[in-house]
Amino acid sequence: MLHTFVAYVEDLPGVLTRVASLFRRLNININSLTVGRSERAGLSRMTIVCEASAESGHRIRASLYKLENVVDVDDIAQAPSVTRELALIKVAATPRDRSQIFELVEVFRARIVDLAPESMMIEMTGVESKIEGLIQVLNEGEERVLEICRSGKMTMRRGHHTSGVLRAMGAGESESEERAESLEALEAGAVAEPE
Amino acid sequence: MDTNAATQASNAHLAAPTRLTGAEIVWATLVGEGVTDVFGYPGGAILPVYDALRKFPIHHTLVRHEQGAAHMADGYARASGKVGVAIATSGPGATNLVTGIATAMLDSIPIVCITGNVSSKVLGSDAFQEVDITGITLPVTKHNFLVNRAEDIAPAIRYAFQIAKTARPGPVLVDITKDAQQATATFDFEAAKPRAHRPHPMRKVEDSSLDQAAELIRNAKRPVILAGHGIIESGAMEQVLTLAERAQIPVALTLLGLGAFPASHPLNLGMMGMHGESWVNGAIQDADLLIACGMRFDDRVTGSTSTYATKAKKIHIDVDPAEINKNIKVEVPLTGDLREVLETLLPRIGGRDGSAWIKTIESSKGASAVRDIKNLPDSGHLYAAHVIHDIWRITGGNAIVVTDVGQHQMWEAQYYHHEKPRSLITSGGLGTMGFALPAAIGAKFACAEKEVWVIVGDGGFQMTSAELSTIAQEKIKINIAIINNGYLGMVRQWQEFFYERNYEATPLVSPDFVKLADAHGIAGLTVHTRGEVAEAVNAARSAPGAFLLNFKVEKEDSVYPMIPAGSALHEMIRRPGQNPLVESADDK
Repeated sequence: MLHTFVAYVEDLPGVLTRVASLFRRLNININSLTVGRSERAGLSRMTIVCEASAESGHRIRASLYKLENVVDVDDIAQAPSVTRELALIKVAATPRDRSQIFELVEVFRARIVDLAPESMMIEMTGVESKIEGLIQVLNEGEERVLEICRSGKMTMRRGHHTSGVLRAMGAGESESEERAESLEALEAGAVAEPE
Repeated sequence: MDTNAATQASNAHLAAPTRLTGAEIVWATLVGEGVTDVFGYPGGAILPVYDALRKFPIHHTLVRHEQGAAHMADGYARASGKVGVAIATSGPGATNLVTGIATAMLDSIPIVCITGNVSSKVLGSDAFQEVDITGITLPVTKHNFLVNRAEDIAPAIRYAFQIAKTARPGPVLVDITKDAQQATATFDFEAAKPRAHRPHPMRKVEDSSLDQAAELIRNAKRPVILAGHGIIESGAMEQVLTLAERAQIPVALTLLGLGAFPASHPLNLGMMGMHGESWVNGAIQDADLLIACGMRFDDRVTGSTSTYATKAKKIHIDVDPAEINKNIKVEVPLTGDLREVLETLLPRIGGRDGSAWIKTIESSKGASAVRDIKNLPDSGHLYAAHVIHDIWRITGGNAIVVTDVGQHQMWEAQYYHHEKPRSLITSGGLGTMGFALPAAIGAKFACAEKEVWVIVGDGGFQMTSAELSTIAQEKIKINIAIINNGYLGMVRQWQEFFYERNYEATPLVSPDFVKLADAHGIAGLTVHTRGEVAEAVNAARSAPGAFLLNFKVEKEDSVYPMIPAGSALHEMIRRPGQNPLVESADDK
């Protein structure tokens, strides 16, 4: 299954290697990794998405915590959360077919951020499937896409529950059962995936 | 500077902030951390540190290979419970430490390795003897540091000590650039104190889990305690003993757990796993409850995990949350310091009648009692079991025994009965050949008053035998017993069982070990028959200096019983019938 971990790590040289090395050692491929500053001074926030067995969530989280520079780890699993990705897409566009692309961009609620004589750059945020949808329609008919740069996923829990609050509340192990339940519900189509 | 002056000077550094060079700060911090002995090898990038050594009250042992330094620090830590320290230069000096660091990592041993590196200006430029040692050791250390400023040295070393010894212990490396050693900074030992240890947030013991554990123990018909190395690291010997005695639960030990529970105790079943006796593994397979104390269900202990103790509920007490459900799924995890967890659990445990289950295990011993040394006719052959049994008998079981890896290691575990913790020092997790001799040197420095024996094979001995010079130079008293069968014995045994006796690359030509010892000014004897063993062991013990015994044992003997890797615990290879090597009851 797909696991999503949010980790707060000390903003120091080599910390990314330590985190990445942990996944490498377990022979787990990281599908997506984003890192940036967080609301906490001196700490960066990572969103790590990987494909691994359902049981491995506990071990990965426990192992991440064993890294000296890791301060907080949240296993998002299927908890209510918002996930976004940012994509910059450069497409070939002459004055003749610009308007068609403008229309597409409008439909996908994306933006044009650069316009050149023979190309334009589109900025788009959204869930993975939406970005892929745009790329697909841009390439329909003719191969227009010249370059794609995607940020990888960023995830945040819904509501007030930051990882720090959850930890203070002592949530952790017992949560995973709830998550498993909500996963089943999700698969059964009972809960709409939040957009 | 003489020792007293050095002590006074370094005490002064600790009392008030002082301006020192980075190199001096290294030693001053070590003194502050209580270090009295270090093991190392100098070189260009660590020379400033060596130049400052004479000003500090620390004894440095010059090793013959940096792997030896790491193993000595490791042996020192295992024997004393303190943090061991190894020092090496950059490049090859640092890479030579790696096997020793990995050995300490796999067995959770607290050591701090300090390496020099090239100047920060040329870091990453492939300068002479430059290697990315923090990168190389990242997966085999608990943590490591690259320090390139003198003012960062004391905080890094103090932090390294904290990491090495807290929670689940392990090795830490501090890599210090040469310019940081040469620069000066204000040394303030107090200010360099690391932030408080951040406990693992998943390390917690629920009250309900304690109740559940107590309930399982109360209702169990066939419980077994699995006693591991964590008991020794946590200092929980007394608590485990109380649990076993109060609830009358038999105890099986891992290799690294030997000594955590007295061998002579009636509830001690002995070692479990690949070379454990059949009744020990049988009891585990038949158990309805396993109480795992500071052990990690290693593959050498479980055999095939799918067939492991399928009838048993499992309580797992371990300090490391990442060990829970890693190899074996457990019903009740109690993640915390073993001693603390047992102290909160014990008030919930009452007396219990365990006699029926203990009797069942006793009766299963009969057919499989393989310990038979006395009954073996003295046919002129010498078996390793004889040698180890006699060393145990003559030393009264009171020596610190340091073993290498292979057949002799298993025979030691079977025939030397350990009553006390830290009396067996052996590389369990990594299985590092060449470990014994250097680790014994470290152990001797930690416990100068103790009798130290090295039990080592002819293969492993030759991997680090250069450390004989270290023994000679330091004039320390260590007794070395080489179990010499002319083979890489454990590999040969696997070839015999699983590769149709194709003894490829296992026959081993060795030098005359007694002559080799003699070349180092170390006395020695070669022993060929059982009759000579006791006399030789006594000769070694009464000799004033180090002594080497070369035991020419049976060439193709194997360790029995044996569970082939990946097989179920009850599927064991037994010793072939006609030549039972069994210790009779009156020989205990």
